Amino acid sequence: MIYSYFPGCTLKNKAKDLDLYARESAKALGFELEEIPEWQCCGGVYPLASDEIATKLPSVRALADAKSKGQDLITVCSACHHVIKRVNDDMANVNDIQTRVNNYMGLDEPYLGETTVLHYLEVLRDRVGFDELAKKVTNPLTGRKIGAYYGCLLLRPSATMQFDDPENPTILEDFIRAIGAEPVVYAMRNECCGGYVSLKAKDQAESMVDRVLSSAKAKGAEELITACPLCMYNLTKNCKGEGMKVSYFTELLAEALGIKEVQS
Amino acid sequence: MKTVTADQIREISGVDTRKCMKCGRCSASCPAYDEMDIRPHQFISYVQNGNIEPLMNSKSISKCLSCFACVERCPRNVKPAKVIEAVRVSVLRQRGETILSADEMPELLDENMPQQLLMSAFRKYKK
Repeated sequence: MIYSYFPGCTLKNKAKDLDLYARESAKALGFELEEIPEWQCCGGVYPLASDEIATKLPSVRALADAKSKGQDLITVCSACHHVIKRVNDDMANVNDIQTRVNNYMGLDEPYLGETTVLHYLEVLRDRVGFDELAKKVTNPLTGRKIGAYYGCLLLRPSATMQFDDPENPTILEDFIRAIGAEPVVYAMRNECCGGYVSLKAKDQAESMVDRVLSSAKAKGAEELITACPLCMYNLTKNCKGEGMKVSYFTELLAEALGIKEVQS
Repeated sequence: MKTVTADQIREISGVDTRKCMKCGRCSASCPAYDEMDIRPHQFISYVQNGNIEPLMNSKSISKCLSCFACVERCPRNVKPAKVIEAVRVSVLRQRGETILSADEMPELLDENMPQQLLMSAFRKYKK
């Protein structure tokens, strides 16, 4: 199976491990990520104002490219996934945006939200299957107590994202189980890390990160996983006191599949 | 700064503020509540009362994280984050109005910052 792949700006730079191990693991699991040519930055945040059009165009270009190849579109970064999935929803359901975007883009055939947008984790769950993934694990991460950090963007708003139960998600815990480790469920796993406010208000992000890490540690988590480079940054660089090891989920996936050297 | 009307906020946000039943769950869910001078539930009632100027001058528009906790948990599907965003863009779309300027960046940057952070902050804080 070949998927159109939208890596996003950060995966080409500060979050290279998130990208590299997604690609390597895909090969081992029998699917291929074909990078969309000349993709443009998603913008990082979904344009919430209903009259914003220009800021939605990069997503539509990627979506239309995937449609022209008859492929589903995969993202790995939480933010890219959030933006592209919501823009796709607009293109499928919001008449005003459909019309204005298509008038501007002048595609041979209007784009009306036909492409299926999947996060890499959804591919693992719904296409590969966690049971099948577990069978391919050669290096189970036995004994490691891992907390899943979902953050905001994968889950909310659930009406559009349809990723998992927004208040009691299980996909990352099921993933952790599939790679042989022990998931640690804690209260703050779907609360915000501080997001973009950490640029100007570091203290605001610090107090939010503190709440997340304290909650995870109190339940016995020894390390966390995330799918988002900005969560990674805030959790590791804007924490007060003793931090915690945080990895991208693709790093642990590659470790379990025997692709990446084990780091303790 | 020119004050926009409540109708303009409703139009940009796409939110019908009349649906709010003032349960306060948005503010109870908001992780930036302590940082805000005007809270998410108040944004809805200020718009409903046509009182937009205090919202445009509120520091809350730079404190909202767009984490969508209020959107997810609102039992009436009012979407407070969209109202806050509409106020924010109503400020930023005016000449000279910005929350983040490129001149500030050298001081704010550190070598670990992901591109995603810079992109998101500029999208939220500058037009």
